[in-house]
Amino acid sequence: MGGKHYLPLTDQDREEMLAAIGVKSVEDLFKDIPREVRLQQELDLPPAMAESEVFKHLNTLASRNKHFHNCVSFMGAGVYDHFIPSVIKHITGRSEFYTSYTPYQPEISQGVLQAIFEYQTMICQLTGMDVANASMYDGGTAVAEGAVMGCGATRRSKVLVSRSVSPFYRAVLQNYFNSRGLEVEEITIKDGHTDRLDLENKLGDDIAAVILQQPNFFGLIEDMEGISELVHNHKSTLVVSADPLSLALLKPPAEYGADIVVGEGQGLGVPASFGGPLLGIMAAKSKFVRQMPGRIAGETVDSEGNRGYVLTLQTREQHIRREKAASNICSNEALVALGAAVYMAAMGPQGMREVAEQCLQKAVYARESISALKGYDDVFPGTPFKEFAVTVPGDPAELNKKLLEKNILGGVDLAPFYPELKNTMLFAVTEKRTRDEIDALVRELEGWK
Amino acid sequence: MRKSKALLFEISRPGRQGYSLPSCDVPEKPVDELLPKKMQRTEAPELPELSEVEVVRHYTELSTRNFGVDTGFYPLGSCTMKYNPKVNEEAAVMPGFAFMHPCQPEETTQGALELLYNFEEGLKELSGMDRFTLQPAAGAHGELAGLMIIQAYHRSRGDYKRNKVLIPLSAHGTNPATVSMAGYEVIQVPCDDRGLVDLDALKEALDDTTAALMLTNPSTLGLFEEEIIPMAKAVHEAGGLLYYDGANLNAIMGYTRPGDMGFDVVHLNIHKTLSTPHGGGGPGGGPVGVKERLLPFLPVPLVSKKGNQYYLDYDLPESIGKMHSFYGNFGVAVKAYTYMRMMGAEGLKQASTDAVINANYLMSQLKKIYYVPYDRICKHEFIVSAKPEKKKGAGAGDIAKALLDRNFHPPTVYFPLIVDEALMIEPTDTESKETLDAFAAAMEQIAKDIDEDAEKVAHGPYKTVVGRLDEVRAARNPVMRWEKDQG
Repeated sequence: MGGKHYLPLTDQDREEMLAAIGVKSVEDLFKDIPREVRLQQELDLPPAMAESEVFKHLNTLASRNKHFHNCVSFMGAGVYDHFIPSVIKHITGRSEFYTSYTPYQPEISQGVLQAIFEYQTMICQLTGMDVANASMYDGGTAVAEGAVMGCGATRRSKVLVSRSVSPFYRAVLQNYFNSRGLEVEEITIKDGHTDRLDLENKLGDDIAAVILQQPNFFGLIEDMEGISELVHNHKSTLVVSADPLSLALLKPPAEYGADIVVGEGQGLGVPASFGGPLLGIMAAKSKFVRQMPGRIAGETVDSEGNRGYVLTLQTREQHIRREKAASNICSNEALVALGAAVYMAAMGPQGMREVAEQCLQKAVYARESISALKGYDDVFPGTPFKEFAVTVPGDPAELNKKLLEKNILGGVDLAPFYPELKNTMLFAVTEKRTRDEIDALVRELEGWK
Repeated sequence: MRKSKALLFEISRPGRQGYSLPSCDVPEKPVDELLPKKMQRTEAPELPELSEVEVVRHYTELSTRNFGVDTGFYPLGSCTMKYNPKVNEEAAVMPGFAFMHPCQPEETTQGALELLYNFEEGLKELSGMDRFTLQPAAGAHGELAGLMIIQAYHRSRGDYKRNKVLIPLSAHGTNPATVSMAGYEVIQVPCDDRGLVDLDALKEALDDTTAALMLTNPSTLGLFEEEIIPMAKAVHEAGGLLYYDGANLNAIMGYTRPGDMGFDVVHLNIHKTLSTPHGGGGPGGGPVGVKERLLPFLPVPLVSKKGNQYYLDYDLPESIGKMHSFYGNFGVAVKAYTYMRMMGAEGLKQASTDAVINANYLMSQLKKIYYVPYDRICKHEFIVSAKPEKKKGAGAGDIAKALLDRNFHPPTVYFPLIVDEALMIEPTDTESKETLDAFAAAMEQIAKDIDEDAEKVAHGPYKTVVGRLDEVRAARNPVMRWEKDQG
């Protein structure tokens, strides 16, 4: 039988225990399941494996995939090949952390609670917000929940979202809103940036929130000057989806009037993992805290006056408020947030700044080199932060196939998300890319077609 | 010895560094030339400055202030804290899984897609459902996906008046919260004196506005809903659908399946039943399975197979859309899949058998000491009520704190809501008889301590790194971040 090493009961234990329970057989413990729904046969699953066999099997599957360790990646669109300091996995691999549950018993959960408190603080430092939660599932669900917060705070039921916000996030937002009868309208883009005029036209006193992304999906920096005045004139809320790594360099959203900051935290030392687990970031001005979903760690004292941490403001949450809760979220991405906290602690303000600057410099260098090639053109004006869109002389899928021959993971084809952007690709260049790697990409592009 | 632990920010020293980055090797331009000043940050964020060893020691010390399943017994009812096998962790960090980009061309992701496809096949067999989405990132996220699918189904039939979802009073808090989040109204269904859903009350509550019944079976009381067949029939006759909250599937693997009980939609908490760790709050995984007629509404993409090729299948015109930016918590799916392959059919069934033996055995020991409100054969968990102890001066929460001093993680307390002073105890399949006996002995000692000096028990714990923490103060005067001038 498989998994015997996970099941400590011996046959003798089972017999003694059944006797203590006062039943004759295991079957007596399952008599309450009606005969009509009892499974008549054994489950039809592949036979159990020994540990060495399962390891080999998994390794075979893993070896069929390309990945950042056997390819040079220029893929972005929300998930990136950033540097991950070695310390992270050694900390998140400590089983006192990863085998614990949500810290319902604070006296034996000070490790996780303090780590969350510190994480919240660092997210606040980066975004300029007053309060952050312990995490959401990912960037997409964080955007959707941020929009829901805007609706809750304004008691309005329609939001505006720029088409320069990640199409992955907009898809999740649309789905969340469809089901509860809330409305989403998109703001058009002009030259790859949010069209200010269209925003002004669509903004009215019925709008609960305006959702923008910084840097936007095309890697461009949105001009946020004057936006919050526009939004707040209509007593609406400004929700900004920000890349936390960029905030070591870019203006914190609080300074241009954001009310709620959400985003994807994968850049903070989180393995890409085929798109999950990721890290949803959620932070806000303090007046929105009651609408905020999810766990929040707070400081308090113990019976002797020692400082300690607990989950706080739980009256927002499902296990207390049930149908009146701010959200249904229960499990989050706590361990990923812990890893992100370790990242921020190890990198510090200087390290994160260096990462952000290298992303900027290398993206600028790569874009200039690529758009100088015949057949490749810059699509949008403006400085790219770690990724940029270019037109390519042919089918992006074909190009990626060719790049793969050189073990390069190429760009993301934009046409499925923006039908108007035919033969256009988004290339990401993180701090990990070297000049040689960028030059090799450029050579391959040059030699194509 | 009791003491608080300094925060990262308090041990920071300007000029220390905990990272190493290569120098920039492309021609650099002045940042001001690339980015207008008005878009730049003027002051560096106040992140800590620490050397690597300080970072490591800080978090290592924090880890010693935390309790996990690897530390000891964790009978947190309905949260199913079974042992997290180590090979699962090894599998998930293989570079061929951990460092894949979600937008990679399909020919470079065949191993991952095959894993997801076969994981889904396993879930289908385990649950008796026809198709799964692996996108939901947690149980509650799965509940939301499930209700959205139910809603899309009714709407596709032009049936817009179904705006209510029925939930038993014993349900997890996520159920009613999810119902609201999906835009539905909650209708509570009472339980009878056996602790089971009151079938007559259920029938009474059903009408043509019923979208669905959400049910956890076995329930949070650890009891199998014996009348599931007439319940399913009644719901279906009223035109509603049956939603299965799979939080407690770990009790019945290989014995019965939600798909065979009549459920139309299920979510499974793979971080519970399939042994993946909970990480101090997450990440989890909440795959959602449906019966054939609901298949068109599943989130996109599904993982499908054509010939020998696996692919992400977006061809679902009636799909609700997306639940997650990408394909859910793939890394968690790798762990759960590994577990299923290790266990096989027989091993999974044995895990459920042992979970049920352990729960009934521990109940048989504890009912000698404590009041057990539903004294009948249970499944994976059972409830003790500390109402009598509360009268003596120490209730469920105090018993929980007393357990901390005896190196046990306490059960879930004050839940389910239908039992006063509830302690919800779930020993899981991965605990030995000796552990259960030691826990029962600790509970017996605590009962004696309450008889002797309830006041003392009510002020515990005494041996933890901090004493009882003031949660009221934390909520009344919330401090949710460190500030420099805090002192």
